[in-house]
Amino acid sequence: MHKKKCVAMLLAGGQGSRLGILTQKVAKPAVPFGGKYRIIDFPLSNCNNSGIDTVGVLTQYKPLALNSYIGIGSAWDLDRMNGGVYVLPPFVKEQGGEWYKGTADAICQNNNFIDRFNPETVLILSGDHIYKMDYSLMLDYHQKHEADATIAVIEVPWKEANRFGIMNTDKGHRVIEFEEKPTEPKSNLASMGIYIFNWSILKKYLLADEKNVTSTHDFGHDIIPKMLNDKCNLTAYSFKGYWKDVGTVESYWQANMDLLGEESELNMYDSKWRIYSANPPRPPHYTSVTAKVKNSIIAEGCLIFGEVENSILFRDAYVGQGASVKNSIIMSGVHIEDNVVIDKAIIGRKTVLKQGTVVAAKSLKGYREIVVLDADMIIPPHTIIEESISCSPAEDDFCKREE
Amino acid sequence: MVDLMGIINLNEAEEYLGELSHYRSLAAVPFAGRYRLIDFVLSGMVNSEVSNVGIFIQHKYRSLVDHLRSGKDWDLARKRDGLFVLPPAYTKIPMQVHRGDVENLYSNLDYIHQSRQEYVVITGANIVSNLDYKAVLDFHKSVGADITALYTKANCGTHDCVRSNILEVDPDGKVARIKEFEDSGGYQNMSMEMFIMKKSLLIELVNNSNAYGEHDFIKHCIIKNVSRLRVYGYHHQGYVARISSLQSYFQHSMELLNPHIWKELFFKSGLIYTKVKDEAPAKFMQESEVSNSLIASGCYIEGKVENSILFRGVKVHKGAYIKNSIIMQNGNIASGVVLENVICDKDVYITANKQLKGEYNYPLVIKKGRVI
Repeated sequence: MHKKKCVAMLLAGGQGSRLGILTQKVAKPAVPFGGKYRIIDFPLSNCNNSGIDTVGVLTQYKPLALNSYIGIGSAWDLDRMNGGVYVLPPFVKEQGGEWYKGTADAICQNNNFIDRFNPETVLILSGDHIYKMDYSLMLDYHQKHEADATIAVIEVPWKEANRFGIMNTDKGHRVIEFEEKPTEPKSNLASMGIYIFNWSILKKYLLADEKNVTSTHDFGHDIIPKMLNDKCNLTAYSFKGYWKDVGTVESYWQANMDLLGEESELNMYDSKWRIYSANPPRPPHYTSVTAKVKNSIIAEGCLIFGEVENSILFRDAYVGQGASVKNSIIMSGVHIEDNVVIDKAIIGRKTVLKQGTVVAAKSLKGYREIVVLDADMIIPPHTIIEESISCSPAEDDFCKREE
Repeated sequence: MVDLMGIINLNEAEEYLGELSHYRSLAAVPFAGRYRLIDFVLSGMVNSEVSNVGIFIQHKYRSLVDHLRSGKDWDLARKRDGLFVLPPAYTKIPMQVHRGDVENLYSNLDYIHQSRQEYVVITGANIVSNLDYKAVLDFHKSVGADITALYTKANCGTHDCVRSNILEVDPDGKVARIKEFEDSGGYQNMSMEMFIMKKSLLIELVNNSNAYGEHDFIKHCIIKNVSRLRVYGYHHQGYVARISSLQSYFQHSMELLNPHIWKELFFKSGLIYTKVKDEAPAKFMQESEVSNSLIASGCYIEGKVENSILFRGVKVHKGAYIKNSIIMQNGNIASGVVLENVICDKDVYITANKQLKGEYNYPLVIKKGRVI
């Protein structure tokens, strides 16, 4: 095996339980985004665009959709002879096997995978964020500062700083203190959950952490504080640009809406930094004479006869005549019949809304909650839906039976 | 696995489409917002489980080879069988100008010999339809034909039948005669220039024609042998667009704005594959007004679009108005521009406030890469 300069490890095993219905059937990195993508397309495309061709994807929670989506990595040009993408689930060893106990443990259990490539550095990524970032610049920075570890940070508004892991640095960007969700933050540099470690040093810390029974085996909670304690050279790499955590339904919806409008900070149309994705073959979408489409993103294969505003439609969605879709995210294959009204909702894939149905939460003081409907439902005509509906575990009347 | 190989024989006269086929073969002419003409027969074959496809190319094939590459996007990058791009081989007829497609078939007979399938479907690339070749092969076997010729019924009073061959079919389905179209109007059996036969028969026909110095596959291998062989007609009832002139190209493009035709062509008997571009979905801005149009991915629309087809990555700026037009890949239409009955080839940039108009029967074609 050729020696690699840098191997990326993508932590994709998290459940993302705060996304509720959206992650009931798939792991968070496999959640669809932006009319075409899944969240994991962002870190994988960043890897390809940054010249990193060896990526281990650590899976654990409901991996079927994620595994089949990643396949051999050809969508991101990561089907390589030497390197490429590897899906790494937990496995059984001579003395029994274990689930990944934490982010650090997941890497530690796969240390022989990383050793195969004998890299100088390991890039740790998560499948939770929407952003475009050139990791090669961070790698240069890491080497220039002769750091043991480099942590990507982004400036967040001071009043929100207490929601993040905050890095306190000296003037030379050296990290002197790490505080997880501090009540009185001393800095507004939040960790983005993106780390570069020198592999020889990280391996030593991971193996030591493994033996520590009191450890939670987490990078932010255990490994970074231990390295700081040992006076390792940790630097902060300041990233400027769009970066959004999509951990909650609200932030997921907002990140989708951020793609709309002229001032969209995340440019998806830049041919120099494409976000790659699987491309199922579909024809261009059709917008009829009766259709009105404003400030929206429409994927291929859609048929639009109604009104669409401030919304994102995934492929093969159908919007009937007189229907109105506003401020919503419509997943692939959703069928919206005539005169349906949808406002601020997320409709799961292949759900059918029969004619005249209304999906919108009650407006309270001008604010509407987001209504999330599960996939594969059939909503009968003229139904009024004001709350989210999930099809598991409890079977709802609207959930499709075996046909 | 179906015991059928595909041959796409690109012998259509390329001047048919004027400037659109100036730098590319007819097979590589962009169509329907994201495809090239060849995608339709190729996808039809793949959806019919044909896994061995040879593309016999003659001239101007750079653009086509760039489009097809390994055949991966059609699932034809295989260890066994797959996609074969076959330009004229000069080893058998050293350094002389090819006179026709029979010589090209003859010089590549090795490929046909070595293929392991018993039957072969041979077709051009200017027919846009979504065909199930398995059904045609079943028909071919059940009637015990030597050759099955596919045809479609079209009203030649309104439809463009020029340059088409017409089949005279007996009530039992046997083809009595194939003749050139004469302007007689009414419904006629238009040949789709697609034929199914045994591979061994194809080799025999090509060898015979070549021995007599005959070089036109349809004229000399098929039409000449209609009385000698059992030739049956297979009536394809679905949607067929025959691209034989700029007018028919424009007319059939506009037909796709009918959602029924759109559904039939793109979904009915399998999906249509093409080279993947990884464009983001189309983005509509607050001022956009789009009606009765096909919009491909990567488009960015601020202006007004009516009865038009926008290929991948087209930008329509504020105040621009595009009507009855086709804008190919990466077209950039600046603000205040008015286009009517215009076909913009790839990478065309129309600068602010220009007004360009063609006629519905004679659309104005803007050459690839032009800045106006």
